Amino acid sequence: MTKGGALPKGFERPSSSPSQEKYEKVKPSSKTTTLRISKFNPESDSTSTFSEFKVHYQRWTTVLDAILEVKSNYDHSIGVRYSCRQATCGSCGMIINGKPKLACFTKISELDSDSVTVEPMNNFPIIRDLAVGFERLIETHKRIKPYIIRDDSEVTSETKEFLQSPEDVEKYIQFAGCIKCGLCNSACPTMATDSSFVGPQALAQAYRYVADNRDKGKDERLKIIDEPHGIWRCHFAGSCSQVCPKGVDPAMGIQLLRGYLLGYRK
Amino acid sequence: MMSNIMRESHIMKIHYLTALVAVGFVIIHIMIRFTHGSFANSLEFESVIANYESIPYAIVLEAMLILISVHGFNGLRIILLELKQGNAYENAVTYGCLAAMIALIAYGSRTIIMATMGMVEA
Amino acid sequence: MEKDRKEGIKGMANPGRYGIERVAYWLMRITGLGLLFYFIGHIYETSSLLDGKAAWDSMLELTQTTEGHIFLTLVIGMCVFHTGNGIRLMIAQAGFGLGKPRRADYPYTPSSLNMKNKLCIYVSIGLAALAMMYGLGVMYDV
Repeated sequence: MTKGGALPKGFERPSSSPSQEKYEKVKPSSKTTTLRISKFNPESDSTSTFSEFKVHYQRWTTVLDAILEVKSNYDHSIGVRYSCRQATCGSCGMIINGKPKLACFTKISELDSDSVTVEPMNNFPIIRDLAVGFERLIETHKRIKPYIIRDDSEVTSETKEFLQSPEDVEKYIQFAGCIKCGLCNSACPTMATDSSFVGPQALAQAYRYVADNRDKGKDERLKIIDEPHGIWRCHFAGSCSQVCPKGVDPAMGIQLLRGYLLGYRK
Repeated sequence: MMSNIMRESHIMKIHYLTALVAVGFVIIHIMIRFTHGSFANSLEFESVIANYESIPYAIVLEAMLILISVHGFNGLRIILLELKQGNAYENAVTYGCLAAMIALIAYGSRTIIMATMGMVEA
Repeated sequence: MEKDRKEGIKGMANPGRYGIERVAYWLMRITGLGLLFYFIGHIYETSSLLDGKAAWDSMLELTQTTEGHIFLTLVIGMCVFHTGNGIRLMIAQAGFGLGKPRRADYPYTPSSLNMKNKLCIYVSIGLAALAMMYGLGVMYDV
């Protein structure tokens, strides 16, 4: 749609009045749903409330599309984080109908519900509305030393790059797909009560580096996670893997990592 | 804190080991109860006392007491540690569970030892 | 709002939204606590043996009732589930039965939450139910 130009067939230009009745997307195949958005401003509100909006959607409309439509046309103040719109950046994680999901990766038509409720991710402090603070996730991620640890380096005049076979890469590449969206930390039942727990995201990344044959910091990392609020507070509830949008399967990484501490893996 | 005395991985290995061994002993315990006829008969005073007078059975009971106490109170410690954090609270939970575990083992051992030695009131 | 905005205990409610594994985690906690409290009561109950036959029979009167039998049936169920699921967890937490790490591809199904694990959970629940029925049969001499 060009500014001031003709609209595609079936669309009407919104009138100057922002009321819902005046704005209609006239597509015969579209359906309507109620979008309930959690609103909370920590500077002025003591508790969160829900704002409701009727939105039209197509078979392909994502929750993020609906939120942005509401933000554009009804409530410009909605705080929401998003970027790539293709489940690559991990910015738009939120609770959608009770489960942590990426808003850009969740189609309204697949939710199978008359209404869509969006809330900020659990276990994260709220910045505003749907945007949450990631300080704890970044801090726990840093704690497990998310980089290759070894004495030598690829970047000297005498050395070559560290070679890996496809089999070597296959052992850790799944866990390298983590986009730090935080959905796993939001779903984890231990994170729900334990402020000191390292979290499935950090533990999965610890395994990513331990499983990488270029890395020599296994013992260092195992020592970091072998503590009362480390790997042992994972009880394999599997919720992290249930919600992970990139197939990282943090639960698998954590149990494989545990094998090192229990002596099943060397 | 407990983690200063013992690494969490060692505590958890004990947790798993006690579970596995206790399962075996519990099965033996239940099977022995069934060697005394019906469920009601097996609970008769004379029938229970007769079991205690067997040293191997008393050892099975003592082992079960220790294993299940260790496993159970460590599990409770884990649940309580996850509910709230802070040095003072965590120390209180850890040492409290340890104390409760020792107290229960002591109380149960008293029963087993006295019953085995026949120190039962007529 | 608190710094971490933890979901808290109410995160335990409605475990079904995350699948059977979360339900198993929830049941494991509940059965564990239930068994611990039963164990403490059982140690106390059996100590009445030392006070003689009268004390023992008086203790039995308290426990050998319909409510006592129902409670013991629940304990049997809790014990069997906790054991079965506990063995599954021990095997899985050692890294067995989870599948192999491989390059993730759409629809990104997690291989650790496979049918083997789910089946073990259902078998534990089924065995617990069977054990409860058997226990009831033994207690009522059926």
